[in-house]
Amino acid sequence: MPDRTEWIASVEPERYELREPLRYEFHCDRRVFLQCAGAGLLISVFARTLDAQRGAAPASSAGRIHLGEDGFVTVLSGKVEEGQGPRTEFAAATAEELRLPVEKVRVVLADTQLVPNDWLTAGSRSTPVTVPLVRRAAAEARALLLATAAERWKVDASSFQINAGFVKSPDGKLTLGYADLAKSGGDPTGRPAELTPTAAWKTLGQPLVRVNAHDIITGAHAYPSGIQRPGMLYGCVLRPPSYGATLESVDLNAAKQMTGVVALRDGEFVACAAPTSYTARKAVAALAANARWQTKPQISSDELYAHLKKPDGDRQPQVQQSGSVQSGLQQASKKLTASYHIPYVAHSPMEPRTAVAEWTNGSLTVWTGTSNPFEVREDLAKSFHVDPSKVRVIVPDFGGGFGGKHTGEAALEAARLAKEAGKPVSLRWTRAEEFMWGYFRPAGVIDIEAGLDANGRLSAWDFTNYNSGPSAIASPYKLENTRTRFVYADSPLRSGSYRGLAATANNFARESFMDELSSAAGKDPLEFRLAHLENGRLRDVLLAAAERFGWQKRRKESKPNSGVGLACGTEKGSYVAACVEVELDRASGIPRLVEICEAFECGPVLNAKNLRLQVEGCILMGLGAALREEILFENGRLKNGSFTRYRVPRFKDTPKIETVLVERKDLEPAGAGETPIMAVAPAMANAIFAITGEPLRALPLRAKSGKGDSGSASIR
Amino acid sequence: MPAFRFNLNGRAQRIETEADRPLLEVLREDLGLIGVRYGCGEGQCRACTVLLDGRPVPSCVTPVRLAEGKSVLTVEGLAVNGKLHPVQQAFLEEGALQCGYCTSGMMLTAVALLKTTPNPTEQQVAEGMNNNLCRCCCYPSIVTAVRLAARLSAMNTQGVGHAG
Repeated sequence: MPDRTEWIASVEPERYELREPLRYEFHCDRRVFLQCAGAGLLISVFARTLDAQRGAAPASSAGRIHLGEDGFVTVLSGKVEEGQGPRTEFAAATAEELRLPVEKVRVVLADTQLVPNDWLTAGSRSTPVTVPLVRRAAAEARALLLATAAERWKVDASSFQINAGFVKSPDGKLTLGYADLAKSGGDPTGRPAELTPTAAWKTLGQPLVRVNAHDIITGAHAYPSGIQRPGMLYGCVLRPPSYGATLESVDLNAAKQMTGVVALRDGEFVACAAPTSYTARKAVAALAANARWQTKPQISSDELYAHLKKPDGDRQPQVQQSGSVQSGLQQASKKLTASYHIPYVAHSPMEPRTAVAEWTNGSLTVWTGTSNPFEVREDLAKSFHVDPSKVRVIVPDFGGGFGGKHTGEAALEAARLAKEAGKPVSLRWTRAEEFMWGYFRPAGVIDIEAGLDANGRLSAWDFTNYNSGPSAIASPYKLENTRTRFVYADSPLRSGSYRGLAATANNFARESFMDELSSAAGKDPLEFRLAHLENGRLRDVLLAAAERFGWQKRRKESKPNSGVGLACGTEKGSYVAACVEVELDRASGIPRLVEICEAFECGPVLNAKNLRLQVEGCILMGLGAALREEILFENGRLKNGSFTRYRVPRFKDTPKIETVLVERKDLEPAGAGETPIMAVAPAMANAIFAITGEPLRALPLRAKSGKGDSGSASIR
Repeated sequence: MPAFRFNLNGRAQRIETEADRPLLEVLREDLGLIGVRYGCGEGQCRACTVLLDGRPVPSCVTPVRLAEGKSVLTVEGLAVNGKLHPVQQAFLEEGALQCGYCTSGMMLTAVALLKTTPNPTEQQVAEGMNNNLCRCCCYPSIVTAVRLAARLSAMNTQGVGHAG
């Protein structure tokens, strides 16, 4: 297992939403929940110990690999699949170490009754942390097969080869496979098991399509919103009209008199369940018509950035310093300052928050789309005053999260409704609810002051981020006199994680400012960066992108209203650089991304197919935030909380994309679902700076003459 | 309650329900077709796309009464006797999905697009599918998959020709 303290410390800054108090506290009975896995041999790995157990798994097993008597091997993990590919990665890792075809591996994810607690699925941790655990467990199962065969046939294990999951006796007459081990058992004491070296990989490193893709393209896969239980009702929640509003009164009879409707109020929670979503909506509409609310004035978008810079409470800023910024600025022949504005953006995954809850004899089962199944189980146990052992959270592969589903709101709400109804309840948030009552990437203000000496080198760097978060706040450039501060602020809107989180904000500001500095120093942006860059991995991706794009040549070309820009960055152990060509509509100030060449390095490539999807997905999601995405709000209501007004990227936004995968087989693999997002916006800003000569210091990007477009940014 | 009759994935279907219920909810909640997906409820993301007499419609804003007497095709009706539709085959081969939630709507829109434009360019795919949102932003590989589906369809047609 990873060191828990170290792990949490590395992710904690992103988990704003987890500092919230419990959303609901409900009353509930206490009963026992028992659930068993199938027959076979279960292998658990903790640190270097191996612990195998014959037969059925205990109620809350921490088994990692299950060798089935049917010849299938099951790998178990508390991680969830929301589109970034861990399911396929774990299947490939298991198949690799067991020398099995991938088709023989089943993957069970995020069922708190069956799988080890692998914590939150976030921070690009599944690849560097969970994949090694899976590989180690599988390697130990392989060692067990070899040792058992050696013992049985009285030969040296080193002479064996495993083919398609079987070893053959020296005379070729007998075979032994994982199903035989499962039936007969084996001595489960730990054996040294070597992980297969990268150079010998046969399954890892192959471009695999997602292992359950067939179920998805036939429509058979049940997402959380597709779980259907016998007698199930559909829920709908009465939401406040604005943030901060509290309920004064509501007459439930308006809903209760409708056929088949269950209506309840428990504190601030008011909801209905009915045999169809249609009826549940009608019932809630009837309640909304008579509900009375107490509203409170709220901060609006146009006051946001001033508000974020006001001091908030006693929380001390996080500060990192080296050298002296003051003396660095004194040495400078040029001093530059800039202030950047980062708006709230919405994750808006295609599947909104959803849960199906079912109570059986005081025990609760919830199917829901969350990245944090074990935490949601704890929340449910606390809310309903039951022991966590009576709560089972199952996370079917769900419809996207991007850091926006670390919580379990729908799970709590569905469970409360199901308890009232005495029947299973499915609660799927509407798109409007997902926009308004989920959480956002934090908005922020970033102030930078820097000095250049007479040789055009950075002599001082003072960087302050208000509210948007500390991810990738440290500059990757060589700096002698620096101060980096993250200042906590009062966020008017609920905020939490995001893809790459504050790396998107910090890198936008830093990399945009680097171009202002290179311009002030009279240097090419690439040369200026390289002159300050010692990190070999970052240099490599920067040079790879620049070379493939033809930076030197294209930088000198002159096309009307068109320009090139570049940016790079590192976060979560991986490295990215992008070169872009942008076309600017001068009248509106709206940019268009014509072409992007992005180089990415995350160590050895585990699955090139999925890696390309992740890099392209990050590029386009980053493009959305660069072009249009910005949550606008006024006195507690969203002004653009719908897909009509909040315009996410579309087919026609897709530029020419060239992805350069820089592979480092000599290193340990890092995650890849986040970092490729962080170079897009600053590279585009720099291209616009190259066209107009005026730096852009706010997202989404609008050149000065901008009059807005049909997207959200126009709804000011 | 009024009754509605339509052809659903090749079979006659009769359903008694409120006339203004969204087709999406009738298909999912009453008929168990969970491959049809809710995305926004306002026809803006097209995750809920079904083919109504061959035309792609957002089922979330299509009242069930409009299906009366028509044919409704959902993702569940794409494969015939277990044989995948060329569009499904292409999405599978290309691996053109991440979370996969939008995939049903993407594939049905692509089926309709290929009927009118059997051999689309990249730009024609982007134009024809621009109303379908994929928040994982699999757009490049979806474009590739749709063009692959065009080639697979052409091969199938030729194959039938030879057999005939």
